[in-house]
Amino acid sequence: MTSIEAHVQQPYKYGFVTDIESEVVPAGLSEDVIRLISGKKGEPEWMLDWRLKAYRNWLKMQEPHWPNVKYGPIDYQAISYYAAPKQQPKLDSLDQVDPKLVATFEKLGIPIEEQKRLTGVAVDAVFDSVSVATTFQAELAKYGVIFCPISQAIREHPDLVQQYIGTVVPYNDNFFAALNSAVFTDGSFVYVPNGVRCPLELSTYFRINASSTGQFERTLIIAEEGSYVSYLEGCSAPMRDENQLHAAVVELVALDRATIKYSTIQNWYPGDEEGRGGIYNFVTKRGKCAGTNSKISWTQVETGSAITWKYPGCILQGDNSIGEFYSVAVTSHRQQADTGTKMIHLGRNTRSTIVSKGISAGRGQNTYRGLVKIMKGAEGARNYSQCDSMLIGDKCGAHTFPYIDVRNSTAIMEHEASTSKIGEDQIFYLRQRGLSAEDAVSMIVNGFCKEVFKELPMEFAVEATRLLGISLEGSVG
Amino acid sequence: MKKGKALLEVKGLRVAVAGNEILKGVDLTIRDGEVHAIMGPNGSGKSTLAQVLAGHPAYTVLAGTAQYEGKDLLDMKPEERARAGVFLAFQYPVEVRGITNSYFLRSALNALRRERGEPELDPIDFLQVLEAKLKSIGWDDSMMNRPVNEGFSGGEKKRNEILQLAVLEPRLAILDETDSGLDIDALRTVAEAVNQLRNPKRAFLIVTHYQRLLNYITPDVVHVLADGRIVRSGGPELAQELEAKGYDWLRDGVMVS
Ligand SMILES: Nc1ncnc2c1ncn2[C@@H]1O[C@H](COP(=O)(O)OP(=O)(O)OP(=O)(O)O)[C@@H](O)[C@H]1O
Ligand SMILES: [Mg+2]
Repeated sequence: MTSIEAHVQQPYKYGFVTDIESEVVPAGLSEDVIRLISGKKGEPEWMLDWRLKAYRNWLKMQEPHWPNVKYGPIDYQAISYYAAPKQQPKLDSLDQVDPKLVATFEKLGIPIEEQKRLTGVAVDAVFDSVSVATTFQAELAKYGVIFCPISQAIREHPDLVQQYIGTVVPYNDNFFAALNSAVFTDGSFVYVPNGVRCPLELSTYFRINASSTGQFERTLIIAEEGSYVSYLEGCSAPMRDENQLHAAVVELVALDRATIKYSTIQNWYPGDEEGRGGIYNFVTKRGKCAGTNSKISWTQVETGSAITWKYPGCILQGDNSIGEFYSVAVTSHRQQADTGTKMIHLGRNTRSTIVSKGISAGRGQNTYRGLVKIMKGAEGARNYSQCDSMLIGDKCGAHTFPYIDVRNSTAIMEHEASTSKIGEDQIFYLRQRGLSAEDAVSMIVNGFCKEVFKELPMEFAVEATRLLGISLEGSVG
Repeated sequence: MKKGKALLEVKGLRVAVAGNEILKGVDLTIRDGEVHAIMGPNGSGKSTLAQVLAGHPAYTVLAGTAQYEGKDLLDMKPEERARAGVFLAFQYPVEVRGITNSYFLRSALNALRRERGEPELDPIDFLQVLEAKLKSIGWDDSMMNRPVNEGFSGGEKKRNEILQLAVLEPRLAILDETDSGLDIDALRTVAEAVNQLRNPKRAFLIVTHYQRLLNYITPDVVHVLADGRIVRSGGPELAQELEAKGYDWLRDGVMVS
């Protein structure tokens, strides 16, 4: 292994297990299990019906195998679909959160205690299947912003949830979305009213702790006319030899002139050098620019997971709406990622931008898969796509599958792609100027990812670059 | 004239790359304040010598020693050599995408400053250091906000190497064909910048194909490297002789001796 590879393949730092008594529903999936989950969340009848409808559909669906990834069969009956720490905290009082949970999140860099909170960032902390704390809820309420666990939203804001859930990602959208719709547990709900610029960054941190469980979070963000919200999710999981399934659904709705900025720093356990263990991250994320002049921007930094399968996309329905996708995906050891985006242009003068940076090291396999579809009515639509791959070492792979489907002749499409190799010559040049091998790699990788990192909220840009072993200071901006 | 202390002492250096022996026993002593020029035909091993002194991992030392400031140079990592004052101006400078020239150079300078126990420079302080150096190579700061060497013309890349040399102020500066690809004016600017940097505590090893450069920078010693060996050393007049006669007469000499 060269010094470059050694540096990129750093040990996973978040692999600890919290020793806490949990209530874990026995493994297996059935209508009874779904009823049980729904009951635990105190859901209304319509929600349960929707779940069951999704489940019955799922039973008829096939697990997709078109992604460019390889893994053994998943036994859906061997997974537990609900795990929650005992002594459930009362959601209205953060002081009653189990100290072990507080310590866990603190260790992950997510302080949820009143006095230690990150300024300017409201956090929803999800532990296995439940949200254990959501900070600054009252503060946000002053602006009419709702930020809470989705289970709470289903109880307290059922009309809003019912109006929007499944409108962007239908319950039968795909195999994993259907599974999620049947068994989803916590995730976040965000509602930003007309004309409000959300005063805080909103952030959800997902932690898997219990073994033999899956995590199926669901997030729904609604930005009313002229509003703005920036949301960021982070995640991590213990190191285990088993593969754990994480199948999330995220739906975003932006009405007229609304902007949603959605950032992800994905750091699930990636498995060991030999490819043992790690999270299967099979996720459906989609945003609908429903209103004119609306904008949805996805930024993702994907460093974790054994396998990643996700294509955060935008349905550009409103005229002049804008969709963006900025992605850094890193695969090292034996990680596999098949990720990209879907931009569906429906409205006139809709614009989309895709910037994808794939970094492969070790025996990692990195696939960019993107679809840009310009429908008949999308007069004057434009897309710019840029897909860059970087290879570190010679046992890894980079693959690019850009699909383009243009049905309106006024569309303007631009596509650029590049593949580069971090070479010893490049590293040597930097070392000859006095930088350590590590700093040299960091600088090169950082420069390569610059266009994506600059899209991250400041508070998290540092974290993202640190994850890649990168010192950010001054070089991004 | 009293000779300075030996800064670099190379003895019997044999180096292979990709399984081929390129340097076949090089001896070279450079003293404080001296300027040595190395000339020689294409493929004779000039860049190999420069790279191996800087520590490029692709080059394998088969035999021989290199002492720098009395230390075993060959035992040091490339960054350790750099921090100890060894600087190589590359024949083919590398591009670094997305990193500004200014950030890169400041990071490099701060790495050296850390080594020397000096405080790191923030961007503002750095700008002040930079200003005079930029002037010496005839640049304004617009080149500093561009990514390192990306899209630079051949001559601009070479000038950038000299800027780095000026900012990092090494003890031993190795210039590998910095003059190649420079227009007449640029050549003069670069040569003047190098002359300004000449001092009793700094030595130069200048690889060049052209007497032209040596008209501006007068070397103390000229060496001819042919087929992996230094086959002739002399004063500045040797360069003139080479310019007039080429290398063949020397090569024949090697074969006879
Ligand atoms: N990385 C490498 N892999 C294989 N061969 C190499 C490598 N580096 C150098 N060589 C070979 O070593 C020999 C010497 O090369 P070197 O670059 O040192 O020559 P040079 O004297 O600098 O030539 P020039 O005047 O053309 O710059 C050449 O035959 C070259 O092909
Ligand atoms: Mg050369």
